Amino acid sequence: MDVELLSRLQFAGTIMFHYLFPPLSIGLGLQLFLCELAYFRTGRLEWEAAARFWTRVFAVNFAMGVSTGIVMEFEFGTNWAAYSRFVGDVFGSALAAEGIFAFFLESGFLAVLVFGWDRVGPKMHLFSTLMVFLGSMFSAVWIVVANSWQQTPAGYHIVWQDVQGEMIPRAEVTDFWSMVFNPSSVDRLTHTLIGALVLGAFFVASVCSYYLLKNRHEEVAKRCLAIALPTSLVFTLLAAITGHDSAQKLVETQPAKLAAMEGHFHSSENPTGLNLFGWPDSENETVQFNVKVPYLLSLMVYNDPTKPVPALDQIPEDERPPVWLPFQTFHLMVALGMLMLAVSSLACWSWYRGSYGSKRWLLWAVALMPLAAMTANQAGWITAEVGRQPWIVYPSVQDGVQMMGLRTADGLSESVTAEQVLGSIILFGMIYSLLFAVWVFVLNNKIQHGPETAKALAEYKRHLQIDSMPEKIRRSGNPLGGDMMEEGTR
Amino acid sequence: MSYDSLTFIWYVLLGVLLIGYSILDGFDLGVGILHPFIAKDDRERRLVMNSIGPLWDGNEVWLVTFGGALFAAFPVAYATVFSSFYNAFFLLLTCLIGRAVSLEFRSKVKSTLWIKFWDIGFFLSSLIAAFLLGVAGGNVMAGMELGPKYVYQGGLLSQVYWYPLMVGCLTVSLFALHGGIYLYLKTEHELQARVRHAITPVFYAFASLFILVTLATWWHVPHATENIAAYPILWVVPILNALAVLNIPRAMHLGKPGYAFVTSSLAILAFATLFSVAIYPNFMLSTINADYSVTLDNARSSRATLQTMLIIAAVGLPCVLSYTVAIYWIFRGKVKLDSSSY
Repeated sequence: MDVELLSRLQFAGTIMFHYLFPPLSIGLGLQLFLCELAYFRTGRLEWEAAARFWTRVFAVNFAMGVSTGIVMEFEFGTNWAAYSRFVGDVFGSALAAEGIFAFFLESGFLAVLVFGWDRVGPKMHLFSTLMVFLGSMFSAVWIVVANSWQQTPAGYHIVWQDVQGEMIPRAEVTDFWSMVFNPSSVDRLTHTLIGALVLGAFFVASVCSYYLLKNRHEEVAKRCLAIALPTSLVFTLLAAITGHDSAQKLVETQPAKLAAMEGHFHSSENPTGLNLFGWPDSENETVQFNVKVPYLLSLMVYNDPTKPVPALDQIPEDERPPVWLPFQTFHLMVALGMLMLAVSSLACWSWYRGSYGSKRWLLWAVALMPLAAMTANQAGWITAEVGRQPWIVYPSVQDGVQMMGLRTADGLSESVTAEQVLGSIILFGMIYSLLFAVWVFVLNNKIQHGPETAKALAEYKRHLQIDSMPEKIRRSGNPLGGDMMEEGTR
Repeated sequence: MSYDSLTFIWYVLLGVLLIGYSILDGFDLGVGILHPFIAKDDRERRLVMNSIGPLWDGNEVWLVTFGGALFAAFPVAYATVFSSFYNAFFLLLTCLIGRAVSLEFRSKVKSTLWIKFWDIGFFLSSLIAAFLLGVAGGNVMAGMELGPKYVYQGGLLSQVYWYPLMVGCLTVSLFALHGGIYLYLKTEHELQARVRHAITPVFYAFASLFILVTLATWWHVPHATENIAAYPILWVVPILNALAVLNIPRAMHLGKPGYAFVTSSLAILAFATLFSVAIYPNFMLSTINADYSVTLDNARSSRATLQTMLIIAAVGLPCVLSYTVAIYWIFRGKVKLDSSSY
């Protein structure tokens, strides 16, 4: 096994595992904020019970996101030292900005969000929830900016440095804002964030639909659905629009990636048709078992059915990405997107008609949608990252000057051996499997337990006021705390 | 501002982040190290864990930001340090993950076996994380086998010898002491009395290791004192360090635990400053050939990046400090268990 393959596998595995959590934190953050806002405006305890419940789910998910995220920050240095030296001047500043602007905000106010229910007033709590939500968005902003810069670099130049007699290149920032607003960052960022908001909306809708199926916690479930279903529809629509925009930009910035995603091998095909599905075969440069709609790719990319789209044969052979994987993940993402759009429209329609609770098949369909959203998020990132190979930093043209890129193979740590990487893969494979099992188990526990009833919550708050003397709480063990909340509804 | 002064400012700012991290995460790592020895039953363990419940996550962000800032300001140092400590850092990551999930999951299921598992996980991950941080610090202090082009040439075993191991033990005892004083502030009654009992032996262990490591550094790392010899004003740092260490038992004896906590924070500050003074102007000294060392000058980012980052820090740090203070204020006072506790 070679270090490059192992390091790539390790990065892919750890980033995909990490990416199970942040989108859910972002999406759930919005739902949580809306629930709490509803409580703040109406004063109804059902809303507070809902907000407290989603907070508990949020906290477990957030802890997973934070701990698997630190791994990512370390990996740039441990496994990709040459890459880190090359991009540090650019990429490092985005990462540091993420720490200063996003992580501190999130983690600070998370404390109030999770532990502050009985310590701060509703206004302060609502504010903290908003700050946690914004913090998680900022975090996405900086990391997607950094990633987008690697795909479509801008605002930099290459400087050759003398390192003990040998000249080594590195990218240095010349214009911070054009680095931040590089050609793809806004499109990719909106699409990524909306993907996360879709997941959050479907997650809430799913849990609540499950409660309706089981005739449990209906007072809370129905309220949350009134927020989650419409937001899921809005965000799925927006995801389709932003996705389309992103893909249109690709033809200028990363034509090789677009051609791979679409399985478009030959420039002789003029104008270009769209493969609805198929099985790309890079060796013979064909897509087998495909169904093709003529003119459609040209139309979708250029809004002009006759203009040919660049094909893979126009890319030098050693700069072509793999085709099969980006093709399949891209098509999977689009298919799941359409499925979600359909389910969400049906659900909203029947909600509007007042028949949602009685359509069991629809409740089940919505209950399964978070899987679709999560898979679509992962598939989208696989497309983006595999589709840019063999480059870790894309070559680009700045002010008419051709700038070198960095190949993934040239970004590795020179001092790290295959055995070390393999060892860390095995170690993290075990840890992450255990974590995943525990996460699913605890999440399921929380969902099965569900929110308190408004009555139990009112009772709890009344006790809290009477027994606010610290002596009493301590003496009696924990009579009003976790235990009561755990068992109160059973 | 000149390129060199920007470079120096960033070295100082990294020092600030390192100090912030060691003081803040230092006490919650210490709490993790002490918890099996002082908490007798489930309620006490929960009290101990919840004393850091709302805070540990924010404390760890100092490490994450330190990493990000090192990456941005001195990418060569980031790349070299992180790839040299490959195995140690993956073990450290394992511990950081283990701590986070032990805290989060422990009290979620009412099963003795489940709780026991995560209790042990919390203890071990805190202990090993503190130890590894010290071992890495010891290696950086002593210098490492860097070859041409900043590539580490030593193996795993050349990082594991008596000097870094000793620094690792010193770090564990320092954090345990710091965490003990913190726990003393946050607890009451029998639990607090037990914490008080634990602090004394921990202090003696720490004090003896402190003397040993000081002597060992003199002997094994002669370059560590060069900067102090060149700028005698820097003698302030080790003197402050020794005074702070001596003042810890005095403050505890006077019954002023808050003062003791400030003092142990000062001691950590002095340690981190001493470390930064000792290695300057290198990030990592090469023991093969001094020309191969990673220094401030050959590791730094471009002038433009250092300047932009300084603006980011000037905007960001005051915000960070203000809400850190606000959150510590909200969660002041003795630890209590309520519906949102672990």
